[in-house]
Amino acid sequence: MVNSKEESTTKKDLLMVGFLCNWCSYGGADTAGVCRFNQPTDLRIIRIPCTGRMDPLFVVKALIYGADGVLVSGCHPKDCHYNKGNFYARRRLEVLKQFLPFMGIHTDRFRYTWVSSSEGQLWQQVVTEFSETIHGLGPNLGVHGESDAKAAMSFF
Amino acid sequence: MRIGVFVCKCGTNIAATVDTEAVARKALEYPDVVYATDYMYSCSEPGQQEIQQAIEKYDLQGVVVAACSPRMHEVTFRRAVEKAGLNRYMFEQANIREHCSWISKDTEANTRKAMDLVRMSVEKLRFNQPLFSSQVPINKRVLVIGGGISGIQAALDCAEGGLEVVMVERESTIGGKMAKLDKTFPTIDCSSCILGPKMVDVAQNENIHLYAYSEIESVSGYMGNFKVGIRKKATYVDWDACTGCGLCTEKCPAKKSFDGFNEGLDTTTAINIPFPQAIPKKARIDPKYCWYLIKEKCKICQKICPVDAIRFDMENETVEEEVGAIIVATGFDLVDHSVYGEYGGGHYPDVITGLQFERLVSASGPYGGHILRPSDGKEPKNIVFIACVGSRDPSIGRPYCSGICCMYIAKQVILARDHIPDCNCYVFYIDIRAPGKNYEEFVRRAQEDYGVQYIRGRVGKVYPKGEHLVVQGIDTLLGIQVEVEADLVVLATGVAASAGAKELAEKLRISYDEYGFYMESHPKLRPVETNTAGVFLAGVCQGPKDIPASVAQGSAAAAKTQALFSRDTIETDPQIARVNELMCIGCGKCIDVCPFGSIQWKTLRDGSQKAEVLDTVCQGCGLCNATCPPKAIQLQHCTDDQILAEIEVLCAGERHG
Repeated sequence: MVNSKEESTTKKDLLMVGFLCNWCSYGGADTAGVCRFNQPTDLRIIRIPCTGRMDPLFVVKALIYGADGVLVSGCHPKDCHYNKGNFYARRRLEVLKQFLPFMGIHTDRFRYTWVSSSEGQLWQQVVTEFSETIHGLGPNLGVHGESDAKAAMSFF
Repeated sequence: MRIGVFVCKCGTNIAATVDTEAVARKALEYPDVVYATDYMYSCSEPGQQEIQQAIEKYDLQGVVVAACSPRMHEVTFRRAVEKAGLNRYMFEQANIREHCSWISKDTEANTRKAMDLVRMSVEKLRFNQPLFSSQVPINKRVLVIGGGISGIQAALDCAEGGLEVVMVERESTIGGKMAKLDKTFPTIDCSSCILGPKMVDVAQNENIHLYAYSEIESVSGYMGNFKVGIRKKATYVDWDACTGCGLCTEKCPAKKSFDGFNEGLDTTTAINIPFPQAIPKKARIDPKYCWYLIKEKCKICQKICPVDAIRFDMENETVEEEVGAIIVATGFDLVDHSVYGEYGGGHYPDVITGLQFERLVSASGPYGGHILRPSDGKEPKNIVFIACVGSRDPSIGRPYCSGICCMYIAKQVILARDHIPDCNCYVFYIDIRAPGKNYEEFVRRAQEDYGVQYIRGRVGKVYPKGEHLVVQGIDTLLGIQVEVEADLVVLATGVAASAGAKELAEKLRISYDEYGFYMESHPKLRPVETNTAGVFLAGVCQGPKDIPASVAQGSAAAAKTQALFSRDTIETDPQIARVNELMCIGCGKCIDVCPFGSIQWKTLRDGSQKAEVLDTVCQGCGLCNATCPPKAIQLQHCTDDQILAEIEVLCAGERHG
């Protein structure tokens, strides 16, 4: 039996949550897998129909619960399966990004990007870069964590 | 809830880098999980049977399969659990292959990730509800927008299959661009000889109702039940009475009217029939040129018309049609070549477009099939063709290849040499693209049998010198500058989206790309469908293509329509938004954001206004869900509770506990 408590203390993985739209980026991540593009293993993907479905609350909740990074990815602007979902997403998520420092969370812990279902290579690049960024920041110590709060202060 | 977890090894695809046994064992610790196992190939027949047997044996109420991507086999497994008596939405799939076993060789890390993914799926499943689709009857009539060759093909195929077809054409005749062509490549078939009979078929087919000189004004409804407003533009002639005798066109004194059919190379009368084979063969008055409509005197046509069909007081009229499917075949326009000031198109009369050249060569054209210069009516001895005008040129925002120009240039040089055997033809090109059946051979014929000079390079400038035009260009193969004294310059103008394509797309709620071409549902696997159910594409409105491809797509759209109509009802997808009326505050934000117009107002008995989702229109994007301030509208199968449950169990779970 694998003991997860033990595991969490020994593992080097950080915890990243990905919200991927079903039509483009989820497919892009599938394509990256099919092509066997090596990627960091610390991203856990949640499938949503469209980035327009993204409630900023999902990002905030994940970060407050202790995720070290949140990545949202959808169809390229103008390529949305539902015509304009990603435009709404872009507006909401951009505002959210501005808001994160007020919560003492480093803006780099959150990123949104556009990857189409054929861009497996781009997906590999996005995940790798994001993972490197998050590993650079280290674990998220929560909204009361000192390291992020300081970094957040420098934002102002 | 009693949940069963099935971890697929997928041969060694998953098992090589994920300890599936450990994942299954771990799953037994999760709440509500009563059974967990791993299996070699879960999607195989015995694999599915094992799931079904377990559902019965352990009285499972929900199933999680950890396997490949749900984009791959979600449908398969949903069907499997449904056969075992579960609702198909009481199933979740964790993607531990594409997103896990295939992206890293680190078995430990992969196994941990797989456990997390299964954990999240279990947690989501705990919030799943059985969902049921409803049945909606289909109105088995189809609307074809556009009467070019692809629209004609689609309409005829549908009509021959017994469907009622409503065809709407913007111009006063069907036929589209193909009707203007003289010959077609690579067979040098006479264009109107192969198109004409099809146009007549449209007119004579009882199942096709043609609205010519009409446009789409509004579209509402959904697959199976669209309501379409069609604006019949005023023709000033009662088409029920008009016999197309053409007497009026002979006597009309306004002879300087723009001749759109001849691409402006000729003039016509204000009351005119575009060309002799026009369908419907009815006269129309162009109000921009009619003397009576401009200055209230003349009325000669009214006096001369033997059937008394002229109606100067006619106004636009809107009619409504109900259809179950829509085929969009709106075609294309030529790129506006005046953006290339250096070529002098639109400035020098002897610099013409490819389509104008077609009219010059055509026997029904302005010069009766003799190639003559528009400026002085002399026979040109040196003709220069410039390829890629408005194609493959990022500097004017058109980086795409129009696909047809290389071929139509080859055809036109052959025609030019056939008509004027002693003329010299020069073609400036970037590359020759001839990827079709007999296409390459055809271009070779132009080059070798017809002795046409192909010069690889772009033209820098065209300027007049006496009676001639000097074409300055570069031959990149020889690395020298070239100057040709030409009598006629033909610009192989590329393909652009049809004027008004975007406005129509907005009405149909389909998407278009940055150039205005309509987007198909999937570039490879769903080339005819759009993302709006029940709306299909045919022809160049979807992207540049030649006649065979347009015809093929027209038939494909007709086949899709008939497949849709082969059922009497359609099943709706229950993964759509639902409004909790008790929580809805009636702000209407969901109505504003819905890209499909699927939410409408509903008045309750107490007079309060609430949002209501039209089941068949909603596509399930969830935009309203994210917008709703009190979260009264929830996307079924992807509710806030479900996503938050996944987030919570992943982030706030034992890891940091």
